[in-house]
Amino acid sequence: MKEFHGQTLSWVVTNGIVELALHREPLNEISSVTLEELEKFVAVLDGLSREAHALILHSTLKAGFCAGADLRELYGWIEEFGHVEVANHAREYLERIHHVMNSLDAAPLTTIAAVHGVTFGGGFELALTCDMIIADKMARFAFPELRLGLIPGYGGIPRLKRDLGNAVVRDLLLTGRSFNTTKAQQIGLVSQVVGEGEGLRAARATAAQMSKFDRTAAAAAKRFIKPIPREELRQEIDIFCELIARPAVRAGLKKFVESTDAQPYLP
Amino acid sequence: MTPMETAEKTLDEILTLAAAHFKMPREKLLPDEDFFKALGIDSLQTLDLLTKLENHFRVELPDYELQGVTDFRTLAGKIQARL
Repeated sequence: MKEFHGQTLSWVVTNGIVELALHREPLNEISSVTLEELEKFVAVLDGLSREAHALILHSTLKAGFCAGADLRELYGWIEEFGHVEVANHAREYLERIHHVMNSLDAAPLTTIAAVHGVTFGGGFELALTCDMIIADKMARFAFPELRLGLIPGYGGIPRLKRDLGNAVVRDLLLTGRSFNTTKAQQIGLVSQVVGEGEGLRAARATAAQMSKFDRTAAAAAKRFIKPIPREELRQEIDIFCELIARPAVRAGLKKFVESTDAQPYLP
Repeated sequence: MTPMETAEKTLDEILTLAAAHFKMPREKLLPDEDFFKALGIDSLQTLDLLTKLENHFRVELPDYELQGVTDFRTLAGKIQARL
């Protein structure tokens, strides 16, 4: 399937580059529909890799790349299943999303996340699966999960640990603070910083450069330098499922969902 | 420049930057007014403003330090403390 247009995302192959665009209003919150469409994407990824050498993930929404998990949907599950039974449901969901994230992480293409604006939680985790992140100067990153009584559940901590120093990871995780592109580049998260609205253009130029290289060598280099931290990813699911079963999480999500605070995105 | 002059300059730059970013007449923004109301911005636009300010002043402003900050003058003080 060279082209797909779904409710939450679309992809198209152009000039040897797969462009996966997120476009679910208001800010690409990752819902079960997003997951289904991502699953469709990773199912055809091997086939796409025969026609393309690079994959670019980006958002067509002005507000940003992705605000993370759809917390309203998550809260709905707790209401539906109860805070104990929801752990089983969450585990099943996380197994599926980890399969998607791991497939993107190990994709037989060179992958680039072109991010701008809000890149939070699950959106940050999605970007972290990519081989490189190109950020425009208005991008903002955060792992705000702790304020809900949770940890990131889509592979964020193990992938951040793989890429950055542990002290930085602790700061970002334990404060839940957001940080800008300058900081992201300083800590080694972002490889290129570009002007506002220039992320996709820069990603296309980078992808075009990669087309000059031998595919087999590029894939070997990627496997060598970017191992998937499978054991830690497994532990992450276990910890997330332990945490979500607590009444405190339901209370935190309820507060978020019902918030009329002018700053609900700020930790 | 005295510390007070520097603080006033910071405040003036914030007001000018906010007015330009949100396309407001600069003279409509007052130092002690609630910037959420004055600019009519939501949480995402607040993050945009925060990023603009960090880029402009080349400072890092952890957002937990801005909890409860609603007026331009207090915001200027927070930035001043990081310069």
